Amino acid sequence: MTDRYLDHGTEHLLRELAPQVLGVVIRRFHDFAGAEDAVQEALIAAAFQWPKEGVPDSPRAWLIQVACRRMTDHLRSELARRRRETALVTERDYLASVAEIDSPVEHDDTLILLFMCCHPALSRPSALALTLRAVGGLTTAEIAKAFLVPEATMAQRISRAKQSVKSSGTPFRLPTDQERTQRLSAVLHVLYLIFNEGYVASAGPQVQRLELSREAIRLTRALHHLLPNDSEVGGLLALMLLTNARRKARTGPNEELIPLDKQDRALWDQGEISEGIALITATLSKGSISAYQLQAAIAAVHSEATKAEDTDWPQILALYELLKHMSNNPMVMLNHAIATAMVRGPSEGLRLLTVLDEDGRLTGHHRLDAVRAYLLEMAGDCSGAIAHYRLAAERTTSLPERNYLMTQVARLSERA
Amino acid sequence: MKYILLMTGTKEGVDSYKAWSEKDIQTHFAHLTSVRSDLSKSGEFVATEGLSMPQQAKVVRAGKDYAPITDGVFPEAKEFVLGYWIVDVETAERAYEIAALLSGGPGPGGTRLSMPIEVRQIMSRGSGELP
Repeated sequence: MTDRYLDHGTEHLLRELAPQVLGVVIRRFHDFAGAEDAVQEALIAAAFQWPKEGVPDSPRAWLIQVACRRMTDHLRSELARRRRETALVTERDYLASVAEIDSPVEHDDTLILLFMCCHPALSRPSALALTLRAVGGLTTAEIAKAFLVPEATMAQRISRAKQSVKSSGTPFRLPTDQERTQRLSAVLHVLYLIFNEGYVASAGPQVQRLELSREAIRLTRALHHLLPNDSEVGGLLALMLLTNARRKARTGPNEELIPLDKQDRALWDQGEISEGIALITATLSKGSISAYQLQAAIAAVHSEATKAEDTDWPQILALYELLKHMSNNPMVMLNHAIATAMVRGPSEGLRLLTVLDEDGRLTGHHRLDAVRAYLLEMAGDCSGAIAHYRLAAERTTSLPERNYLMTQVARLSERA
Repeated sequence: MKYILLMTGTKEGVDSYKAWSEKDIQTHFAHLTSVRSDLSKSGEFVATEGLSMPQQAKVVRAGKDYAPITDGVFPEAKEFVLGYWIVDVETAERAYEIAALLSGGPGPGGTRLSMPIEVRQIMSRGSGELP
């Protein structure tokens, strides 16, 4: 809410309240799309009025009241239109007094809302946008700015997302036990994508960019609070914290990427690291092991090394072995090849890359070339490394990565 | 993923465009307006701009102390960027589909054009972890 001159406390309060208020309004009016618009209007009204008039005694009741008033105004005009067509509906059927609506919190609807916004029927960009608005309490303008698209385009994306939720016929309740695992993994995937979207080279301090990574961490933290015993959720939160801890060390003064082994580890955020390690330790002791947990555990091993040379690669390799058994993801196979090279030497790593060549899923992917180049350099094949760094640079669609890969080509060419 | 769709053409091509009838021009622009409106509704539209005619184009190079040296005489066959669209789509195939819609806009007498559209992905500023 960068444009609204809100202090952090108020901004945080509004974001926290957004899904709770939305839950109440949906329960009252049984209209997800309409309620979502009404709550958005109430949040914007609060952002304008509260700095001038002070935060009300009960901010939650204030937001509910304003949102419900918007809803009733909208329904009244809708009713007037429909009454001209049919006399069957009465106002009483639709409208209740605001006092009746403003009952105390019985349950936190944040979880139900997350399941709805990350419904598998939605396209990924739609799910990301709707989650940030309905659960994160961000405005359309803020989301548009974060994704670098015009506000009108983002508004359409959100409205289409709501349409998809509506036509999917998903009821406003938690998914059944049978659906739960699949639906929860869709939620986690959306949160992970929001995090990654924000985990980019900063565009400089003068650019007021919404921090999507922080927002993803906040939402995942809220989810972890609601499902403290779920190891996937705890694992994802730990992974985000441990990754985010390296943010400052990840880029140099000219936005150039700095790989893990060259980072200034003094810049790592120790607060986030210890929180992440504590979380992952707590979830690992709970028994069932999930993919996010293993990824977080790998990040934790890196965090524990004060120098790159001290990295416990055998442990990382063991964790990748587990992860490889759990998921059939080629990116995991790629990282497993790197860990293998670090423990058993580059030729073993390169041999595993030929398995990936046959697998075919990463054919033409720049990361396969980049890893091959890295391992060839380790093996002392300078010209091979140059050729594959060059291929990777041609294939990547990320500007900071291309600059990094071209720098490797230059570095090796000077040596050759 | 964002893609830029570059509409390119030669001076000769632009000159032939000047011979279109009023109705041809209206039909063509109605097509572009409808593509734009559809892209906005689908949440994929980012930007579009048309550029001034090639006759006004200048190529600038830095001279001594960064003084601009301008060059404005171009061979007839040179390809110019005439305008561009930026779209935010989920797949490359979708970007090609949109490019084909733009390429095949109605020309003189309603015949379908087949303008070359150069499709290029816009590099992201984000990146994954590197080895």
